[in-house]
Amino acid sequence: MRTVIFRTIAPYLAALMVLFSIFVLLRGHNEPGGGFIGGLIAASALAIFGIACGVASVRRAIVFHPMGISGFGLFIGALAGVVSIFRGQAFMTSQWLIFDFFDVEVALSTPLVFDIGVYLVVVGAIGSIALALEERESD
Amino acid sequence: MTPAVIDDTTLYAVLAPFAAAVVAPFLTRLLKHNAAWPLALVPALIFLHFVGFIEPVSRGETFVAAKAWAPSYGINFSVYVDGLSTLFGLLISGIGTFIILYAGGYLKGHPQQGRFFSFLFMFMGAMLGLVLGNNLISLFIFWELTSITSFLLIGFDHLRAASRRAAIQALVVTGGGGLALLAGFILIISATGEIEMSVLLGSPDIIKDSGLYLPIFLLVLGGAFTKSAQFPFHFWLPNAMEAPTPVSAYLHSATMVKAGVYMLMRMHPLLGDTVLWTTVLPLFGGVTLLVGTILAVRQTDLKLMLAYTTVASLGLLVMLTGTSHEKALEGAVLYLLAHSLFKGALFMVAGTIDHEAGTRDVTKLGGLRKAMPVTFVAACLAALSMAGLPPFIGFIAKEVLYYGTSNIEDPGQLGVIITIVAVIGNALMLVIAAAVAMKPFFGPKVDTPKQAHEGPVLLIAGPVVLSVIGIILGLIAHTTGMLFVGPTLSSLLGEFKQIDLHLIPTELTPVILSFTTVGLGIALFTQLDKLRDFIASVLKAIGWGPDQGFDQFVSGIVRFATWLTRLLQTGKMQTYMLLTFFFTALAVLLPGYLTNSFPAMPKLPEYRFYEWGILLIAVLGLFAILVARTRLTAIVSLGVQGFAVALIFMMFGAPDLSFTQFMVETLSVVILALVMTRLNLSPRDHRTVPARLLAGVVAVAVGLGLGLTLLSITQQPFDSTLSVFFTEFSRSIAHGRNIVNVILVDFRGFDTLGEIAVVVLAGLCVLALIRVRTKPDAVLDPPPERTGQSQNAEAR
Repeated sequence: MRTVIFRTIAPYLAALMVLFSIFVLLRGHNEPGGGFIGGLIAASALAIFGIACGVASVRRAIVFHPMGISGFGLFIGALAGVVSIFRGQAFMTSQWLIFDFFDVEVALSTPLVFDIGVYLVVVGAIGSIALALEERESD
Repeated sequence: MTPAVIDDTTLYAVLAPFAAAVVAPFLTRLLKHNAAWPLALVPALIFLHFVGFIEPVSRGETFVAAKAWAPSYGINFSVYVDGLSTLFGLLISGIGTFIILYAGGYLKGHPQQGRFFSFLFMFMGAMLGLVLGNNLISLFIFWELTSITSFLLIGFDHLRAASRRAAIQALVVTGGGGLALLAGFILIISATGEIEMSVLLGSPDIIKDSGLYLPIFLLVLGGAFTKSAQFPFHFWLPNAMEAPTPVSAYLHSATMVKAGVYMLMRMHPLLGDTVLWTTVLPLFGGVTLLVGTILAVRQTDLKLMLAYTTVASLGLLVMLTGTSHEKALEGAVLYLLAHSLFKGALFMVAGTIDHEAGTRDVTKLGGLRKAMPVTFVAACLAALSMAGLPPFIGFIAKEVLYYGTSNIEDPGQLGVIITIVAVIGNALMLVIAAAVAMKPFFGPKVDTPKQAHEGPVLLIAGPVVLSVIGIILGLIAHTTGMLFVGPTLSSLLGEFKQIDLHLIPTELTPVILSFTTVGLGIALFTQLDKLRDFIASVLKAIGWGPDQGFDQFVSGIVRFATWLTRLLQTGKMQTYMLLTFFFTALAVLLPGYLTNSFPAMPKLPEYRFYEWGILLIAVLGLFAILVARTRLTAIVSLGVQGFAVALIFMMFGAPDLSFTQFMVETLSVVILALVMTRLNLSPRDHRTVPARLLAGVVAVAVGLGLGLTLLSITQQPFDSTLSVFFTEFSRSIAHGRNIVNVILVDFRGFDTLGEIAVVVLAGLCVLALIRVRTKPDAVLDPPPERTGQSQNAEAR
């Protein structure tokens, strides 16, 4: 598997995939995409990077333990639901903040935060499974 | 009389100990054992709060207070204050005050003293909640909390195996009984429609008339008998003496074990005075009384002697409650009060002796009266009350209960039998009282492991105060009757009652019975050693007791569980998969077959050439799996099929679904391939032809079944309400054009939250499984039966 070509291309490919996954995540509310699919793309990026360059370098690159990322995702997902409680609305009622930024309409919302949470959960969980399975391969 | 509604102070009085439990560890870190002084203020204040109830309650008034907890289920945190709960509240908080002080001295310098205080306070709160509980469900919760805190306290010294066993045993027995009680409560609620005790007590015949009296009676008894250690469930209580002495004095003599008696007394107006009640309760109570006293004589450990007499006293209380005779019930109330005082004091005395002399074996103690004069006096006063001698409260209790039992009018001579049992039991109790109070203090000075001297004030305050109260209550018998016994008796009878108590007996029969008891007791005491040897030899001859029975029961459960697990979990993946899919096939095919409702074959539409192309790819992928030489090829071919499905999604206007399907398919192939290499499976599939055929048949059945299910679903008329709603409001309410995403993160976001929580948990579990496999020991050390199989599998 570890051919020179693959090893050379894999980091760029993985970086592109992560970038693409974020694009997919952010456009998800209006176009095909979203947190889940974005998370899957990012997780496969991690898997590819791991197969090509070893699990250790992936772990270094993502800094945190993937399960930690996953847990953080669940945390902010739940937190996004709590916001509405402070405004006296039911849990998980969506809150929107729409403003103009250099003449571009920007829409920030709790569903977006929630979707980011989903993304992180999926990246973390699938990524950590894939990495853990790859790790054994190398030893 | 309808109860008056009062403010929430009493509710806070129940919760105050829980707050103290939070503060205790920090305070103990700050003040060391002296934290006992400020901490003891909490129960002391609660005691004062209950003192305020004495006067109105003695006039026959009752009170309720409530806060809504889960109102949709009718569950409230509510209290009911009457004579019975006031008496218990006073005992719990009053004795609790001295127990906290005692614990300060007893565990002085113990590294976990703060935790110990914390547990004690939690128990105190739970016990108060129990005896004041008005709402049946919240009462049950407090009931179970007392079991749990008792578990924590018995197992406080958790490094010793004996402590752990005793703790688990107590939890299993009392917790199991608690479940019976819960079932009984639920039956009461469903039979009467009432959940508040005060309402139930307002119409006393409501349960007897409901037709569910028998099951309710048995279930409540199940809870009460286990908690109050009635034979044959008595064995956990002596074992609970593994706990530090403050716990034995507080939980396992003065308060918690009386919860069962409390429940019987509380339920007496509702369940009592039936043939069943007056037969079952005296029977079990009487047997417990005799068994308890006989086993107590057998012991040489001070705490165990006291523990078995506690079992006996609880038996006596149950027996008296079971007579439903007014005078005998009065005796029960008096004895309950007397017992809490003298037994609490005696346990603390035993603990002080143990603490100062280094042993609590009576055969190794003697001549301590000079070294520990205050403890000696306290022990004597408490023991005289226990022995039932004037002028102590114990004496009055015995007089009244003898008067009651000897006046029961029953054609079957029940009264006579109960009286004889009571006399024998009390005589033996006198023997123990004498042994506990005299053996360690009189006679020649014996060398003890520690040089004995008087305990500090923290240790001796409790026994002194409690035993002195025992004599004061006896001297002011009339007031005791008016303020404590009368109101409590009113609760038991369900009608207001005032009683007139005298220290000087006015009837002849009880006096004769008392003399008989004392005479018999003294005679037996002189022969104590012979009696002990005799009982020991008899017990040895029997050789089996409920305590061993408990061990056999537990190991039986473990054996059964092992057998069942071996049966269901063969450890072979193939078997699991085959069974799972076999039953899946059964589940999807059987209903259609039984109701003969398979869907009609739909008319095939005209396919375009590229649609045929995709179908061809799917079929080719399937074919490739079947003929694949190696497993890796098969896995990749499986991916081909999944991609074909993704293409179909794409064509029918579901880009999101298709997108996800592509990714899931890719990742599945990658992860399956990784798992393959990790498990070191042989690259080829070596199953025999019959095994392959069987798997093939099951696979086809599952595919057929799921296909048919899908067909029949699509042939149902389509309800478009939801689709219309989502299409209409996705943009206007949720500001999103991608309906799928809007549903996921907004409309049904709560579902997604649950799902991502599952994803995180699944990730953790998979990680844990992978980690297990990486440890070589774990792989090389599977259960013995499986080693052969897995080696065979690898060899093949």
